[in-house]
Amino acid sequence: MTPRQAARARLTTFRVVVLVLVGLFFLVPLLSMLDFSTRNFTGTGRTGAAWALLVTDPLLRGSIITSLVLAVLTVVLMLVLLVPTMIWVRLRVPWVARPLEFFCLLPLTVPPLVLVVGLKNVVLWLNFLFGDTPYVLTFLYVVLVLPYAYRALDAGLSAIDVPTLAEAARSLGAGWATVITRVVVPNIRTALLSASFISIALVLGEFTFASLLNYNTLQVVINLQSKANAQESVAASLASILFAAVLLIILSVVSGGRRGRAVASAAPLPTGTAPAAAPAGTAGS
Amino acid sequence: MKPERGTGVEVRLEELHRHYGSTRALDGLDLTLRPGELVALLGPSGCGKTTALRILAGLDEPTSGRVLVDGRDVTTVPANKRDMGMVFQAYSLFPHLTAQANVEFGLKLRKVDRARRAARAREMLDLVGLADQASRYATELSGGQQQRVALARALAIEPSVLLLDEPLSALDAKVRTQLRDEIRRVQLEVGTTTLFVTHDQEEALAMADRVGVMSKGVLQQLDTPQELYAHPVNAFVADFVGLMNRVPAEVADGRVRLLGTEVATLDGSVTDGAGVALLRPEQLTVRPDPDGTAEVVDVMFSGAVSRLRLRAGEQELVSQLSGSALSGLSAGTRVRLGVDAERLLVTAP
Repeated sequence: MTPRQAARARLTTFRVVVLVLVGLFFLVPLLSMLDFSTRNFTGTGRTGAAWALLVTDPLLRGSIITSLVLAVLTVVLMLVLLVPTMIWVRLRVPWVARPLEFFCLLPLTVPPLVLVVGLKNVVLWLNFLFGDTPYVLTFLYVVLVLPYAYRALDAGLSAIDVPTLAEAARSLGAGWATVITRVVVPNIRTALLSASFISIALVLGEFTFASLLNYNTLQVVINLQSKANAQESVAASLASILFAAVLLIILSVVSGGRRGRAVASAAPLPTGTAPAAAPAGTAGS
Repeated sequence: MKPERGTGVEVRLEELHRHYGSTRALDGLDLTLRPGELVALLGPSGCGKTTALRILAGLDEPTSGRVLVDGRDVTTVPANKRDMGMVFQAYSLFPHLTAQANVEFGLKLRKVDRARRAARAREMLDLVGLADQASRYATELSGGQQQRVALARALAIEPSVLLLDEPLSALDAKVRTQLRDEIRRVQLEVGTTTLFVTHDQEEALAMADRVGVMSKGVLQQLDTPQELYAHPVNAFVADFVGLMNRVPAEVADGRVRLLGTEVATLDGSVTDGAGVALLRPEQLTVRPDPDGTAEVVDVMFSGAVSRLRLRAGEQELVSQLSGSALSGLSAGTRVRLGVDAERLLVTAP
């Protein structure tokens, strides 16, 4: 074996070891959660009772629906606000790009606790306008997902020459709406998916806002149930983690399977927000 | 469906001004394109040629002035309503569409039915020699192929005017020459009035019916390539188009004396006294002579014609000779210089 081959073999071994360790780091807690949530404490064998509660427990079921609707509303509002704005800035007012980026990234620098205290009065107004419904959280969540969605969309838009494509389309007879819907949007599909999935993951995992504003979203109920029925809470946590994982797998399959002609935007995952994971201290407690 | 040669429209740019703050990208540009002709706008970067093209396309607005197409004032008409096909410097194919779908794009917006759309796209792809690449995406095509598809896409809508914004500048030399000839062939075939913007004089001279040389937002000269080369109206045009030697000369009575010869001056020359005569390399003759005032620095052989670099006193000159005239000339040979021209432009020293 030449020194070069030996070095390569060592590198391969190192890679495998790291991969296994990282895999275990992620898998062991998940398997433990699965084990705990299906354990039969009163008899022998396994039971799916805790998992059945995801559908049968009205409180949990209601919170899942609330969170899913919130996720959808947040994604829709985020896309409606951000996509045309970002395209327009690139096309017509590129000098606004920097301030826009600054404003979109700003929520990242403010702790959620500070944000929610600050926004309390805004929420009162939202309640006045829309009634006391958990869906007013949509407006806060849009602010929360802004930095991640912005990054994802920005990566997608940077990968194509938006001004030239727009000018080409215009010279062929396309109005601005057509330019956006039929030229730009189809070429940032992966970025749109990426921004949407990250937003969904973030909304499904959000606890602070909902808890402090007293709305029963999934994470709030998981936390609540962990005190009454730990197995049910762990089952719900695991389910939401798996849901987020499935979304991310879909994203990577879609972006990887488009032969490179569509623009794969490697949007960074929101670090520190553990998509769809239960708030610390609730899962598995 | 294919328009015949000569069915193009007349395009006029009248007194166009475009100011960006204190910068005057266009400073009173007047330009008329005759129906069906290909005019190349040539000039250094920043001379305003691209601005002129973008204003004609409707992608930029003039500070003042008018754009007339076929006699109709389109100055305020938005780009998507101008009916002009454009090929850009940057690759501009829509990445999510195949070559065929790209060519069909403009027709789809015009609500042409599917069958006619497909037929027209095939016809256009055939015209640019890419019928067999119809199902490929932009990333699967070479740069030259992408620009050809872009040309097919621009022509598919049967535009009244075709605009080419340095479409060859991103390509390598060989492809550039091929595509240059191809664009000219296609343009002659469809007969669309075409404005071609370039900073490459070879491209402009080879392709255009007439070439407009621009500097500082103003059209310096608009003429056939031959006229532009032989009879430049000023020193800028003379310098920008082709190589030019500058030889000190004396002017008197409309004639210029230099290198032991006397020739007539071109319009725009200085009328009397000392000046600098502008000579093309092929107008500078070279004869071996041990008592000559110049010396050959080196000989650059390039096939049928060769270039000689010469030194006469402090001055460097370039001469262009045919292969047979080269005999007896090599680096270090003393030579006598002469002039082979009927008229010369003489500028102030």
